[in-house]
Amino acid sequence: MSMLHLTYQVPGDDFTRAGEASSDVKHKLKKLGYDPDAIRRVAIAMYEGEINMVIHAGGGEAIVDIDPDRVEIRLEDQGPGIADVEQAMQAGWSTAPDNVRTLGFGAGMGLPNMKKYTDEMTVDSQVGVGTTVFMKVFPGKKE
Amino acid sequence: MKVKEIVEILKAEILCEGNLEEEVKTACGSDMMSDVLAFVKDQSVLLTGLMNPQVVRTAEMMDMHCIIFVRGKKTDNSVVDLARQKDITVLATPYRMFTACGLLFSNGLRGGCDIS
Ligand SMILES: Nc1ncnc2c1ncn2[C@@H]1O[C@H](COP(=O)(O)OP(=O)(O)OP(=O)(O)O)[C@@H](O)[C@H]1O
Ligand SMILES: [Mg+2]
Repeated sequence: MSMLHLTYQVPGDDFTRAGEASSDVKHKLKKLGYDPDAIRRVAIAMYEGEINMVIHAGGGEAIVDIDPDRVEIRLEDQGPGIADVEQAMQAGWSTAPDNVRTLGFGAGMGLPNMKKYTDEMTVDSQVGVGTTVFMKVFPGKKE
Repeated sequence: MKVKEIVEILKAEILCEGNLEEEVKTACGSDMMSDVLAFVKDQSVLLTGLMNPQVVRTAEMMDMHCIIFVRGKKTDNSVVDLARQKDITVLATPYRMFTACGLLFSNGLRGGCDIS
């Protein structure tokens, strides 16, 4: 068991609320006195993943485990899945429609950012079934 | 420069007042939030033409303390309310993006990335 285990339902139909889960995790890490650099890396990576679930997958679930030496973030959805994960991971690759672009997303930078800010990241996805992104951040590592 | 100097330079309206005495050194101007999220070099100011709550969320995740809406965007109350909760200063300038960035740059604010 982790020190702090958190689960969030991320609604897929409310763009204005997207990011609330990440914001709550950031808040809790701050209260715990967590390393500020690790807090920011967790916040950005989780936020990108949360936004992806909202705009690409109709929502999903976020499960976060916090320990002194690590933060683990699991983002699970039952969306359309990603046909070619390697391609999706490339900077600039995006299938976001124009209406998403006018909201400020769809640069194709989300997954690359998540990779950049976390210490470990895996993406499991099956077309028609869904996507699970699993990320780990160790305080004190990276940058 | 201080946030209150930005208010003067950009002839800005204060939509939400945080700490106007805060010292800021770097800024980022973009309408794509993932571009903003790609560079964490202690940037403190975000200029954008976009007006929705995700702009405030993005600033929050980045620990940015000041958002500037360019070219006289019509204010969305949900945006200002969220910024107030997060202690983020929100300004609106009549200048367009290019001019607003240019004015701040020529007054000493930098991009915070390697090639500035
Ligand atoms: N949870 C998901 N479910 C289905 N497809 C996804 C999911 N996450 C990402 N994708 C696919 O991978 C592509 C790349 O994702 P990425 O986050 O890098 O960029 P984006 O979301 O399109 O734009 P940005 O993140 O810059 O706003 C998306 O356009 C989409 O096709
Ligand atoms: Mg994305």
